Amino acid sequence: MLRRIKGALSKTRQRWRQGLGSLIHGKKAIDADLLEHLEEILLSADLGVHTAQRLLSGLRDRLDRHERADPSRLNAFLKTELLTFLKKNESPLEVSGPVPFVVMMVGVNGVGKTTTIGKLALKFSKEGRSVILVAGDTFRAAAIEQLDIWGQRVGCPVIKHQSGSDPSAVIFDGLSAAKARGTEVVIVDTAGRMHTKFNLMEELKKMKRVMDKALPGSPHETLLVLDATTGQNAVSQAKQFHEAIGVTGVVLTKLDGTARGGVVVAIAEELGIPVKLVGVGEGLEDIEVFSAEDFVEGLFGD
Amino acid sequence: MLDRLSSKLENIFKKLRGRGVLSENDIDAALKEVRLALLEADVHFKVVKDFLAAVRQKAVGQEVRESLTPGQQVVKIVWEELRRLMGEDLSGGKPLHLSANPPTVVMLVGLQGSGKTTTAAKLAHRFKQEGRRVLFAAADPRRPAAVDQLVALGRQIGVETQTLPADDAVGVCREAVARARDRHDDLVILDTAGRLHVDEPLMAELKRIKAEVSPHEVLLVADAMTGQDAVQMAERFHREIGLTGIVLTKLDGDARGGAVLSVRAVTGVPVKFIGVGEKPEALEPFHPDRMASRILGMGDVLSLIERAEEVFSKEQAEATAQKWQTAGFSFEDFRDQLRKMRKMGSMESLIGMLPGAGRLMQNVPARGLPDQELTRIEAIINSMTGQERTRPDLIDGSRRKRIARGSGTTVQEVNRLLKQFLQIRKLMKTLSRSQGRSGLANLLKSL
Ligand SMILES: Nc1nc2c(ncn2[C@@H]2O[C@H](COP(=O)(O)OP(=O)(O)OP(=O)(O)O)[C@@H](O)[C@H]2O)c(=O)[nH]1
Ligand SMILES: [Mg+2]
Repeated sequence: MLRRIKGALSKTRQRWRQGLGSLIHGKKAIDADLLEHLEEILLSADLGVHTAQRLLSGLRDRLDRHERADPSRLNAFLKTELLTFLKKNESPLEVSGPVPFVVMMVGVNGVGKTTTIGKLALKFSKEGRSVILVAGDTFRAAAIEQLDIWGQRVGCPVIKHQSGSDPSAVIFDGLSAAKARGTEVVIVDTAGRMHTKFNLMEELKKMKRVMDKALPGSPHETLLVLDATTGQNAVSQAKQFHEAIGVTGVVLTKLDGTARGGVVVAIAEELGIPVKLVGVGEGLEDIEVFSAEDFVEGLFGD
Repeated sequence: MLDRLSSKLENIFKKLRGRGVLSENDIDAALKEVRLALLEADVHFKVVKDFLAAVRQKAVGQEVRESLTPGQQVVKIVWEELRRLMGEDLSGGKPLHLSANPPTVVMLVGLQGSGKTTTAAKLAHRFKQEGRRVLFAAADPRRPAAVDQLVALGRQIGVETQTLPADDAVGVCREAVARARDRHDDLVILDTAGRLHVDEPLMAELKRIKAEVSPHEVLLVADAMTGQDAVQMAERFHREIGLTGIVLTKLDGDARGGAVLSVRAVTGVPVKFIGVGEKPEALEPFHPDRMASRILGMGDVLSLIERAEEVFSKEQAEATAQKWQTAGFSFEDFRDQLRKMRKMGSMESLIGMLPGAGRLMQNVPARGLPDQELTRIEAIINSMTGQERTRPDLIDGSRRKRIARGSGTTVQEVNRLLKQFLQIRKLMKTLSRSQGRSGLANLLKSL
């Protein structure tokens, strides 16, 4: 990933290094105190208490006494473990094969779905692909206008219906239009919804069925947008969205703040859903391809 | 009721029964479980540490009382301590202080996507209902269509929005307050742009707004799903601009909301409202005791039970269930349930609290039934004869026409209701077969 995210994570990295450094310095073996402090470092990155304890018991069980006395071994061990978790089902966002290629964005309210669509549209356009956006959020006030503005900025058409209309209808039209025009990429916005609301999750299933009808095999990517500020509830979000419509990847937004989004480790490990992209700001260019190495590096330093 | 923590604690203390005093070892074992519960709920790890130390001090050496098991006793201490940290219960009084010299200026601040604009609409709706005049200031010139969003919401609830001078957040706020003063409005709500607490230029903008209009309330709008970062975020906002209250949003999901404890702990600022849905009505006063239960994993079941109990007594539920089983479910029953449901509050918020019950509402449009629709349904049932209500199979084409005319609805609406009714009745049958009477009683209570 890029300098930008590294910059954003550098404070974290420093903290990690200080944390690890001061902890390990002068210690001969892992004592309870050291484990507790290590756990706190992991917790503060929102890794969650289960993942943290798993990592630490791995440390205890799999490293022998010599290794445990060596700070660089400790560091390397945690990194490798985290990488294994994160890379479990790694697969980058690749637009290839079907034309049009359909990407559907889902997530709870306010996580950054619409903004990410603007960023992705620019990315694909720059790669020389034709893009259509579909205003599938017909519920939230001015959601259509918001997507429209991103469409104008990027210079790609936005298919929209009236506010308050059935989202499946505009999606059907959007996909049909893309098919007729031979557009290469279609990105579908959806209204933010709580993963616990039965009716709204049913609505999402319906949208997906409609896509499959309009364009068999679509959507080709269903991206769940998660806010890096979110804590352990993100696991529940991922579970519910995945169960309802099958999520193919995560976009982790708002990594430009102080939150570190460690909860994605549990999501990748437990649910096998890989992180594909990260959001690092509000501008059109502020999107990066996720790299597990950089993410973990950002947490640990060196 | 799912109460994992209590049952875990019961287990730990099983051996202790009758031993008299809560020992350090027992308490420590119990507090390990409490720690897990709090961390899972996203309470900041340092806050957890301090909290556990306080509980430990209170609990060690306590005499085990006759009336409680040791497990219950520890839960009680934990709960009370949480409740205390959660702050004052303002739900009975007026959470916001209105200035004696109107307009009262309320400034909303927070991270991107935390729910400021929606909260502005909810606050305005609440004050409008009290008969007050409200004005919005659209102080987010940056996010695309943020101004449109506020204007559209304002139109829905009958509130005007100050949007000029465009691209000048400070100017919009200043103009809004001046205009409100001229018009003798009671309140101005400033909807500022979302920003990161580490974004210095944007934090400086908030300071300028504050200096310009001296708001009476500065409310931090925070997402209930926030993780460990809540502490840094809230601390920074408080230090830089000074907060008078917190609005915790998106509590209609299943987030345990531990962030609220972290935020309280670092700022000491009271939580004034909670957001429980997307609509303007979905704002509730903050109940510290319910929040304490929720963080401990006892869910919002407490408030649901409380509300259900107001409407259905247990015996009543059993009796109804029995009647449905023997006599079948009729339109009389349907109307009864409908009325009770309306008494209990919006269906959507109820269903949000009870994930399993959502299945019953398959035919309800995605965003819930508006009250207006409930009124129409009730009108249709009212236009049926008593016989028709118990034997809907009698309702043929000409009767449908009569009912539609009588209720001022259309034959299509009557048809739709009949169809839904038959589906619900079928569901009742399956349920009563599969779960017996207690299943039905539970269903009834959860309806
Ligand atoms: N700092 C930062 N802000 C972001 C990022 N991505 C999105 N945002 C901001 O987060 C806020 C919400 O973004 P939206 O794109 O409207 O979110 P959404 O998920 O479409 O929201 P709803 O449709 O209302 O559910 C906006 O203010 C965005 O500018 C990011 O990576 N970093
Ligand atoms: Mg959106």
